Amino acid sequence: MNLSDQKRIGADRETVFNALLDPEVLKACVPGCEEMTGSPDEGFEATVTQKVGPVKATFRGVVQLSDINAPESMTITGEGKGGAAGFAKGGAKVRLEADGAATILHYEVDAKVGGKLAQLGSRVIDGFAKKTADQFFTNFQDTVGRPEPVADPAADVTTEGAPDAGEKKKGWLRRLVG
Amino acid sequence: MPKDTGIGASTRRREDVRFLKGKGEYTDDISARDLAHAVFARSTMAHGRIVSIDTSAAEAMPGVLAVFTGEDFVEVGGNPAGWLINSRDGTPMKEPKRPVLAHGKVRHVGDAYAAVIAETKQQAMDAVEAIEAEIEELPAIIDVKAALSGDTFVHDEIETNQCFDWGWIEDNRAATDAAIKGAAHVTTLELVNNRLVPNAMEPRSSIGAYKESGDEYTLHTTSQNPHLTRLLISAFVMGIPENKLTVIAPDVGGGFGSKIYHYGEEALVLAAAKRTGRTVKWTADRTEAFLTDAHGRDHVTKIELATDADGKFLAFRTETYANVGAYLSNFATATPTFLHGTLMAGNYTVPNVYVNVKAVFTNTAPVDAYRGAGRPEATYSLERVIDKCARELGMDPIELRRKNFVKPDMYPYASAAGLEYDSGNYDALMDQMLKVCDRDGFEARRKDSEARGMLRGFGVNAYIEACGIAPSNLVGQLGSRVGLYDAATVRVNATGNLSVMVGAHSHGQGHETVFPQVVGEMLGIDPQSIDIVHGDTSKIPFGMGTYGSRSLAVCGSAVVRATEKIINKAKKIAAHMMEASDSDIEFKDGQFTVAGTDKSVSFGEVALKAYIPHNFPLEDIEPGLEETAFYDPANFTYPSGAYCCEVEVDPETGKVRVDRFAAVDDFGNVMNPMIVTGQVHGGLGQGIGQALLEGCKYDEDGQLLSASYMDYTMPRADDLPFFTVDHSQGTACTHNPLGVKGCGEAGAIGSPPTIVNAVIDALQSGGKNVTHIDMPLTPHAVWTAMTNA
Repeated sequence: MNLSDQKRIGADRETVFNALLDPEVLKACVPGCEEMTGSPDEGFEATVTQKVGPVKATFRGVVQLSDINAPESMTITGEGKGGAAGFAKGGAKVRLEADGAATILHYEVDAKVGGKLAQLGSRVIDGFAKKTADQFFTNFQDTVGRPEPVADPAADVTTEGAPDAGEKKKGWLRRLVG
Repeated sequence: MPKDTGIGASTRRREDVRFLKGKGEYTDDISARDLAHAVFARSTMAHGRIVSIDTSAAEAMPGVLAVFTGEDFVEVGGNPAGWLINSRDGTPMKEPKRPVLAHGKVRHVGDAYAAVIAETKQQAMDAVEAIEAEIEELPAIIDVKAALSGDTFVHDEIETNQCFDWGWIEDNRAATDAAIKGAAHVTTLELVNNRLVPNAMEPRSSIGAYKESGDEYTLHTTSQNPHLTRLLISAFVMGIPENKLTVIAPDVGGGFGSKIYHYGEEALVLAAAKRTGRTVKWTADRTEAFLTDAHGRDHVTKIELATDADGKFLAFRTETYANVGAYLSNFATATPTFLHGTLMAGNYTVPNVYVNVKAVFTNTAPVDAYRGAGRPEATYSLERVIDKCARELGMDPIELRRKNFVKPDMYPYASAAGLEYDSGNYDALMDQMLKVCDRDGFEARRKDSEARGMLRGFGVNAYIEACGIAPSNLVGQLGSRVGLYDAATVRVNATGNLSVMVGAHSHGQGHETVFPQVVGEMLGIDPQSIDIVHGDTSKIPFGMGTYGSRSLAVCGSAVVRATEKIINKAKKIAAHMMEASDSDIEFKDGQFTVAGTDKSVSFGEVALKAYIPHNFPLEDIEPGLEETAFYDPANFTYPSGAYCCEVEVDPETGKVRVDRFAAVDDFGNVMNPMIVTGQVHGGLGQGIGQALLEGCKYDEDGQLLSASYMDYTMPRADDLPFFTVDHSQGTACTHNPLGVKGCGEAGAIGSPPTIVNAVIDALQSGGKNVTHIDMPLTPHAVWTAMTNA
């Protein structure tokens, strides 16, 4: 299955790009992620527990980053084995577009599942994939930076300008990405 | 007055008492004090190269007794195909080895590459997860046509995905081509006979046991033919001598073809029993059943029908791509060829028939015979193209069929597809169908439907099938590697009751009721004193099993022959008892009488005497009363029928409702009308399921998307109408002693084209120019066809 969408992140491109390379950020953002280790050069190893329709499984897999073109684009590919539940693999092409002080993150996801996941979950897999991608980028927004309120797009609001949650989030981001 | 016992009586099924009470004993019900459990590691990808399998972690898990991989079976044989097909160029079909466990490559999702034997099923399941298999994914071969042009092969060693390219009858090809070229009218139809999952209520299950003292193996398994399974394991796969292997198929909860075949799990539990010294059980879960039971149908066909200007049939020509899946199942090569191509003349006097079938390996589960096995595919192609032809010619579809029917005075009739039909009366079936279906009331019902905004269609179909499979002489010439006779032993015990050991296996057919009706009638005794023994190779002489609607026609004939031998011997004993000549003994209603006298002895007295042979003339009569017969028929039997139905289609949603269905069948003589009616009901349910609901779907990567009842739609009671079933127009089979033809598959053969023809008729009546929709006719499929028309 394929899906593409975009998300507005309340941080500049470099920040967003670096966050995507950070295992701690990824761990915080990948839904159900229990472990994420490694580096952008060597790839990451991840453990993710997810429930797809009637199938619940812990996936162990690797994530590779390629076509890295900082701070504009990269390709993330991953493959996870879920034992009796089967496997999931896929890739996301990510492109970052500066939009004032914020960044628009465009993504195209191509995902495949096999084994029990396909047999029992095919009916729900598209919805699941969309929900998971949404959840990831929502988490990513929460971690890296909320965009300015949509209701007032003209307002010159930066992440610093959101003193309540923004400060706190930025603080957390700083801790994570240095 | 209908009889209440004996031949022709609707005797209630005695086996139903235990089934209805939940007292049936199925393989999984059987346990043992030393029971261990097998669980299989199955491929999650459709096609992959096995790089390594590390079982060390699994072996160290709690409760694990043994772990097997394909390496353990390199030395044993493959599971063979039972029928040799030669291609048009004379070369034999490609037969890549089908191993017990995948070796080198995995070839479909569900292909087992390892197995764990453990104390409990849960421990075995956990250990399967600990097996580290590195499998390098390869491109999946899914589409049958694309499979023939690519350079990726399911079996690398044969360097092609084509199993064979078969022509039937090759010598008729030129004449058929010429007839089509010169015809006034040619109707062409491209269609798909949708792939089906058998879905027996009871999943497959096998229990292996090994006794070291006698080097003896016992296999309990869900089989339609325990002797055939024993033969395959002994002669081809494991090399266990037949006299050291007992195969027992106890109560079996449905087969529909999927339990004819020998599967690797059966060999595995036997090997595991020997290695571990334990009794080893495996029972499929429902997902395994979806992934690994041999699927049915899956043909992609182009059919052409040539007629003259008056609608007289001149030729049928077909080209079919038959998907055989990743490995050849035991009858996978017979089903799309001799069970399909030989029926492509249908009920018709068409002079030219040519059938081309290309069998194709793909990365999907093996495909083999499923209720009807080749004949549903033949009937569907024929009866759909005939209906399309009638519409093109502006003829009534019934009249077009009648114009071309083989007529009652033409038997025996040599069909253009190579069979000799022995009896039938297709016009009489059609007449009776029109009567029982109230064809005259159709127009009023259509108006009523239209008043409610619905479209009503009438669909008709005529079918013939070849059953009673079959004469060994004939099938041997056609490439069968087995004979297809059957066997029975009638044992009269000293106290007058009988055990009848039959080679046919009963898993829903009612043998335990019907065979005693036949024997009881012949011997003039109460059928309740007769018991059937089946399903155990240590108790019955031999048998080729139950499939192809053959049990009564073939095994029933063996029962008749053995019973005749009993009567002959009993007459000798009676003659001795009454001091008369053998030739003066008459036998009627269970009494032996000296002709012209009032001297008589009963069957029971003779039975007792046979086992207390005081004063026997031992040079003329042996003690005991037990006889065995093997019966090999002279021909197939040819059941036929005329079916019709009325459907309502909702033009807003495409939803099809079957409102009425009439099935008029010629099954020859009928032994138990109630059981025959039940068999037809079941077949109709499966055929309507295929036509409207059931579709087995693989995605392009070979993942089975329809692998549960969430996505694979089985027919339910409310999907089916009240059936009108009639078998009053039987014409006796001319070559078996009971004059029977077989009824098990007819409903599944005749119903799919009936339904589709009716839906097309409904859409046409609503002004939608739809000429074909591939099954299943889901609301989505029908709505899409209407919208695009």
